This record gives sequence, structure tokens and C-alpha cells, in this order.
Amino acid sequence: MNGTGATGMVLMALALAACSGAGETRTRAVPSGDPERGLRIMNEVGCGSCHAIPGIDWPQGRVGPPLSGMGGRALIGSGLPNRPETLIPYLMNAPVADPGSAMPPMPISEEEARDIAAYLYEH
Amino acid sequence: MTSPPISMSTEAFAGWPPPALTSAGPFAAPLVTLSWGVFAMAAVVLLIVIAALVLALFGREDLKAKIGNQRLIWYAGLAFPVVVLSALLIWGLSLTSALTGEPEPGEMRVRVTGEMWWWRVAYLNPEGGEAGAVQSANEVRIPVGEPVTFELESADVIHSFWVPRLGPKLDMIPGRTNILRLQADEAGTYGGQCAEYCGGPHALMGLVVVAMPRDEFDAWMAEQGEAAAAPTDALAAQGLEVFQDNGCGACHVVRGAPGASGLAGPDLTHVGSRRTIGAGILPNNRGTLAGWIADSQGIKPGNRMPSYTTLSGDELQAVAAYLDGLE
Repeated sequence: MNGTGATGMVLMALALAACSGAGETRTRAVPSGDPERGLRIMNEVGCGSCHAIPGIDWPQGRVGPPLSGMGGRALIGSGLPNRPETLIPYLMNAPVADPGSAMPPMPISEEEARDIAAYLYEH
Repeated sequence: MTSPPISMSTEAFAGWPPPALTSAGPFAAPLVTLSWGVFAMAAVVLLIVIAALVLALFGREDLKAKIGNQRLIWYAGLAFPVVVLSALLIWGLSLTSALTGEPEPGEMRVRVTGEMWWWRVAYLNPEGGEAGAVQSANEVRIPVGEPVTFELESADVIHSFWVPRLGPKLDMIPGRTNILRLQADEAGTYGGQCAEYCGGPHALMGLVVVAMPRDEFDAWMAEQGEAAAAPTDALAAQGLEVFQDNGCGACHVVRGAPGASGLAGPDLTHVGSRRTIGAGILPNNRGTLAGWIADSQGIKPGNRMPSYTTLSGDELQAVAAYLDGLE
């Protein structure tokens, strides 16, 4: 076995370990999103009207669930798996993504939703 | 990491130099000049006082004796302030005399009534009355480059109307009509805030002034004069039913919707076209509308609208869609 192969094996093992999630508090991320911009957009759109969000002092809404620790949460909405590809459409248009949700559609683009998801998964 | 609150009212004061020092019209400009003049004068006086203090503590004996001289106290302690403060008074009064000038004949008039804790807005008819006048709340639109007369009144306690970039603040006093003139030289949105403590959520009593070109303003005003459009889709139609079944019309007017004629709260005929809800504190979209209706007391504790905790998620979606569509 040559050196490149050994490195590949180690990387593979590391990747598998990361996937197992055991003991992980944060297993989700949206690397292509800009979390700082996500927070700014949440302020501009008023997500705090319904949700208590880490980093937003006021308002800390009580209508929907608090959004801390989203990176470690298993389910979103009425029971969708918590993954970037479910969360991002949910943020944009919850009634379509999840007909059981009480959350109205929000005036944000997919890119903006991606930034918000990046922020929520980091906090 | 802390973020700025989203309140539009606090945005009115964000940044450096504060917007109160970056005027956007002729009724605010003299105040900025006066403010910087007073700052500069105060800075000079402060420097003189500190120099005298340092001299008194650490100076040579002969200099100390000089500033302990009784004559200096008469000159610098009495004559100097009388001259400087009198000059400031005369300068200030002449600078600000233009702020209290009489409105020109035919000038657009808006009546803004302070209520706990929002602003009732009526665009007065040419006779200066409210008959047929467009009613709104928490947002005043004005044409760019024209002076507008504001008739400021109060329905309950003393409020103070302040749009820092456009002009001075003026109290709204029950039983009185105070006249304020504002003008915006550039199109844009200017934040305002109640500047007199009026109880409870006073800090969350904001408003926005939107200045737009004359032709856009005229088109906007024509739309505002029309009754509310009937719901165009099933969700909004359901929302109208929710609105009626829950008695929203007991406090809110929606011109064109049967039974919606209450005067206790803001006129909602064209609420969907406003930039904010909750009196300048939240952006206006379906999400914030639903959140406000479900739990306005959580967002703005003590405000006069109850939280509608009996509504289901579907009903909130529907009524938010209905209101959002009232453009």
C-alpha cells in the first residue's frame, strides 16, 4: 500500500466517524451560506415576532418554537427531517414545504434562506 | 454577538453621527447648525475652565494669585457668561424663527393624533376637515421637496412627535392642536419616535415618514382613497371570514368590508401597503402579521390589542394573507 492510499483510508475513517454523530452536539451545517448575513436578514424580516432567536435581543417571540440549538434538532415543523434541503424551502414557504405548519410564507429568496439556515445551524 | 433590535423606531437614531445631526430638509437644518454651534461653544468654555483648574492646582504662585483675583471673577464668571449666553439666545432664536412660520395657503395638511401607543393619521381634505380624508396609521407619506403641515393632537396623554431628520420635536397635548411643518428634500424613509414618556410601551411607539416624488405620491394617494379590494384567492377569503368571526372590525376599519368600522385601533383598509406594523416596530409581512395577531402582548407588552390565542395556525395563515393583500 502506498502513501496516498493510507491517507485516503485515514480520511475515510474520519469521515465515517463524523457521520456517526455519536456525542456530537452539532451535526448540521450549510457551508455555502453566510451566517452573519443570515442574522441580518432575520432582523430585517422580523423572524423574532414568533421565535426567540440567539443573537436577537428583541422581540423574542413566543408563537413558534425557540430557534436555539437548531443544528442538533432532529425534526422541524410538523415532523420533517432537519436537513438543509428541508429547512431551506421550509424557511421560504412553510405551508408548501410542510402543510401542517402554522408558519406563513416569508418574503426571502433561496439565497437568503440559505444564509439563515447557516446561522441557525451554527447557534 | 448582539444584534441591533429590528425596531424601526430605534433605527431612527442609529448610526454616527446620529441622524438627528444629519438633516434632510429645511426644517431640520437650522437645528443641526445650532447643535454644532452649542457643542463648539461648550467645548471652548470647557477648555478654558480646565485650563484655569490646572493652573490653580499646579501653576506658578504669581499666576495662581492672578486667577484668584476678584476682578477676574467679575469678568470671567459673570460678564463673560452673560455676553456669550445672550449671543447664543439671539442667534438661536433667529436661526429657528423659520421653524414656526405660518403654513402657506394650500399646503398639504396631515392630522396626526398620538394614542397610547400608536399614531392615528388623517390626510385632511382641502377644507382642512376629515370628511372623505384618507385614514392611516404609523406611517405618513409626503411629496418630496414640499412643506407639509402637521396638525398634532393627542387622544389621551402627552406624546411628542419627532422625526429627527426632518424637523424639531413637538409635543402632542390633549385638547390642543400644535402645528409643525416638515419637508424632505430627498425621497426616502425617515424614522420617527414618540419623544415624551407616555406610559407602558412608550419606547415601542415609532413611525415612519416616507417621502416620494410628487407623481408617485399622487398615484399612491388615489389608491389609498379607494375601498379595500375583495380577497382574490381562497386563503385570503378565508382570512376575511376569520377577521369577521373574531370581531376584528370592532376596533379596526376596513373600508369595503362589512362590519369593520371600529375606531379604537388603526384603520386597516390598506394595511398591506404600509412598511411597518405595531407602530413602526416590525417589518410588515405575513409572518410578522401572524405573530403580532397571535401574541401582540409578547411583542409589545401592555398595548391595547389582545393576543388572539384562540386562533389555529390555519386561521393565522388565512388572516395574515388577507391583511397582507390589503394593499
